[in-house]
Amino acid sequence: MATQDATLGARSGPPRLRAERRRVGEDIVKVLLGLCALVSIATTVGIVAALLQPAIEFFREVDILDYLTGTNWAPLFQPQSFGVVPLVVGTLAVTFWACVVCMPLGLGAAIYLSEYARPRARKWLKPSLEVLAGIPTVVYGFFALTFFTPLLQDIGFQVGVFNVLSAGLVMGIMLLPTVASISEDAMSSVPQDLRAGAYALGATRLHVSTRIVVPAAISGIIASYVLAISRAIGETMIVLIAAGTLAQLTFDPREASETMTAFIAATGIGDVPSGSIEYKTIFAVGLTLFVITLVMNVIAIRLVKRWREVYE
Amino acid sequence: MSAVPLDLRNRDRSARLRGRLFHAAIFASTTIGLVVLAVLLIDVIRKGLPYLDGILLTDPPSSLPERAGAGPAIRGTIYLMGLLLIMAVPIGVGTAIYLEEYADRSRWYNRLLEVNIQNLAAVPSIVYGILGLAFLVRGIGLGRVLLAGAMILTLLVLPILIVASREAIRAVPDSIRQGAYALGATKWQVVSRQILPAAIPGIATGSILALSRAIGETAPLLLVGALQYVAFNPTLLGDFTALPIQIFQWIARPQDEFHDLAAAGIVVLLIILLTMNALAIWLRNRYSKKW
Repeated sequence: MATQDATLGARSGPPRLRAERRRVGEDIVKVLLGLCALVSIATTVGIVAALLQPAIEFFREVDILDYLTGTNWAPLFQPQSFGVVPLVVGTLAVTFWACVVCMPLGLGAAIYLSEYARPRARKWLKPSLEVLAGIPTVVYGFFALTFFTPLLQDIGFQVGVFNVLSAGLVMGIMLLPTVASISEDAMSSVPQDLRAGAYALGATRLHVSTRIVVPAAISGIIASYVLAISRAIGETMIVLIAAGTLAQLTFDPREASETMTAFIAATGIGDVPSGSIEYKTIFAVGLTLFVITLVMNVIAIRLVKRWREVYE
Repeated sequence: MSAVPLDLRNRDRSARLRGRLFHAAIFASTTIGLVVLAVLLIDVIRKGLPYLDGILLTDPPSSLPERAGAGPAIRGTIYLMGLLLIMAVPIGVGTAIYLEEYADRSRWYNRLLEVNIQNLAAVPSIVYGILGLAFLVRGIGLGRVLLAGAMILTLLVLPILIVASREAIRAVPDSIRQGAYALGATKWQVVSRQILPAAIPGIATGSILALSRAIGETAPLLLVGALQYVAFNPTLLGDFTALPIQIFQWIARPQDEFHDLAAAGIVVLLIILLTMNALAIWLRNRYSKKW
């Protein structure tokens, strides 16, 4: 090796392709970039650690079975009670009404944009619809409380000032572009051959859309639904403003109800002392919320990956 | 004349009718969102217009609606966005460069990093608020200060920034890289002098979109304690409030006057958002290159 190096150094034979010396600057840059990437890992670790430690302390004081099955949520009043069921039911009720709006309308919009709209109409319809996703949630909360709830009352629904129905329906409108956009992506990646084959057999556009394109894009559509549910569960401001902060076990959408997120926000605003059981409830409920949304996100990511693999 | 049997013709007619009905239904699904958007904008502008004046933009909050302003909140939001740019853009772009140019995809930790970023993008924003409350406000004893709010928003928008920056970097064709390497450039020379300059329009667009996500975020800031009476200019380690928080405070009041004031605040927030989005679109159209 030494002799070979010596001959290369004498500029006889092929040119040297190696750097003259190791560049320390290059290594430093690589380390710095790696540190940037480490921030997102640290965020996840931080979230889990922040939630887990107080939550474990919470479950030392409150039996986990009582927490998961108890139907009375009153951590801030005497006598205290820590049954999370009313919060979970409140969350699912709002999510249900949001899905009633965003699932059929989002799917319809996706079919229209992918199969029916002319390219020019699509070019401005799609970004206009996306504007809905960019409006801050506090604005939707305002709209639900001061416009939609009074509107519901005017047309004869006996809803309270704070109610699940209004918050859920407005949230559904907010989630509409999420469903439409992901479903439309999945539909657009369905190969043209499938459509052409169906048309050749005499199918109408309705048949091609509903029996060819939708079934072929179904995993993408389900992914968009799962993602919408996950975002509905995690949404805070709309429910905090329009559905209220009264934890009660009810399935009546005309009544107020507290969600998990609204409880965390309402309790976090107040100056609850660190280490108190009230403070720890924030983390127990936060952990419940994090686990539920994490499971849904993993499912959605898997589904999106699957249709990408099939058609690309 | 009667080559086509009668029932077949009927079937044809009903199929056409169903086709039309379906077309109408999905067209309605698409437009209903836009109708709600229009109603929302008109409603907010109609309610907020009487309160849109200099008092709103500069004065501190007050218990009298006609004298209440969002001055400290607007300044707080501007400070937050400035800090966010300083912290989030370098970290986000750095991560994107690492993933696109340096990371070896076959290593498990790099794949973990990608999955991790995908998951972080979908974590509810209030959970970031809990992280801020536990670690920044209480844990290291930073308190309910501007810096804590900015750090939490940074973590919140990082996934958006990383994804946008990665797409911008990926759009730079490989021939540019190969050309630079052929001339003897080192890896960092290729990245810093060829790839980054070419990717800057895309990165800038992504940064603005990340900012416009952060500017309307309310829930995480509620937890790190932006909900307080602030009548002075915010400082890095001092009490602060932000525009969406001020809007929430006004909504939470029972009086209609304060709801109209909230509407005026919303109009200001939406105008800022609209300007930022217009800037992003302009940047994309002005500088985007077709290779």
